[in-house]
Amino acid sequence: MKIHFLSLALSGALLCAFADVASKYTIGDKVEDFTLRNVDGRMVSLSDYDSAEGVIIIFTCLHCPYAELYEDRIIQLHKKYAPKGYPVLAINPTSPILFPEDSFEKMRARAKAKRYPFAYLQDSAQVVHSRFGASRTPHVYLLDKARIVRYIGSIDDNPESPQAVKKRYLENAIAALMRGERPYPDITQAIGCPIRVPKSAPRLDSMPVASPRR
Amino acid sequence: MRIFYALSFFLALLTPQISGAQAFKVYDNFSELEERIAQAKSTTLLVINFWATFCKPCLEELPYFNQLHAKYASPDFEVILVSLDFKSHLEKKLIPYLRANPLSPEVILLADPEHDEWIRRVDGNWLGAIPATLLIRGKERDFYAGEFEQMKDLEDFIFRFYERIGVPPPTGITN
Repeated sequence: MKIHFLSLALSGALLCAFADVASKYTIGDKVEDFTLRNVDGRMVSLSDYDSAEGVIIIFTCLHCPYAELYEDRIIQLHKKYAPKGYPVLAINPTSPILFPEDSFEKMRARAKAKRYPFAYLQDSAQVVHSRFGASRTPHVYLLDKARIVRYIGSIDDNPESPQAVKKRYLENAIAALMRGERPYPDITQAIGCPIRVPKSAPRLDSMPVASPRR
Repeated sequence: MRIFYALSFFLALLTPQISGAQAFKVYDNFSELEERIAQAKSTTLLVINFWATFCKPCLEELPYFNQLHAKYASPDFEVILVSLDFKSHLEKKLIPYLRANPLSPEVILLADPEHDEWIRRVDGNWLGAIPATLLIRGKERDFYAGEFEQMKDLEDFIFRFYERIGVPPPTGITN
């Protein structure tokens, strides 16, 4: 997400850290290790999952109705695929400054109430989601054993009704990885809530620019 | 006669358009929106904003689209607000919102669940985060995924579109 990087790059301290990573992850990219705080208070790193066959990284949050509609499906995904070597790693990329309903305390309470079987990390500094280029919630990144991005997009084709789902994009992608194949499609788009960045940093992105047409 | 009344009452319950809120069309398929777009004259600019009641930045910029409509609406300048609210939450979300916040432009509820398919047809670079705004005039299109911080930013975006296609903008839109 170019927009997010511009904002971040301007916010002083982060300038150096991000000067060399000006592009988001796409299919085929290796994901660098990151460490964030889990709802249980412990720090969790991607490298903690080294023994896993793959990792289902899902950017999600509490304030977004789309994320809410997918909450139970995310829990089911973990229950189904963690035993097969593909655990869910949920990351909340929301700034609690903008959405108090996504505070660490609220995350912890929700994880407890719904008995999240997976780690639920807070990315309140919004560094990790920017690195990924996640732009909405929920937004899925499926990584393989080598932590290469193999699928980016939505969980399935019907947020509103799990019963009406016709295409299980994420499950199909996991099945492809299990067979040693490349998922297809490997990128899907869906409507979701935008991941907002607080306006404290000087904004270069306040001026809208038409995206290049192909 | 009794049946007629019973039926009207039943229809009134079913039809969001007549429950005190502003009327809006419901499109279950993106192709209906494409048809709506195709109906416009080639000299008409369509300003199409994708939004939803649950999207905070969308609601923040909606007043600018109201203002835009009030200032520039003409046969050559139309504003369409495409809500992506859930059809199953109409009575709880979109209708109460429209009742409390009247919007002067045309409102359409787009309830096509095949997101991956139609998002690409709006713009090849769109990841699906809202708000997003599409400008269409004849064969010319511009697209912006993001929010407008102020009215001026929205007007600038439209001014630059006219400038790019070499057509004079409506009086009042200046750089």
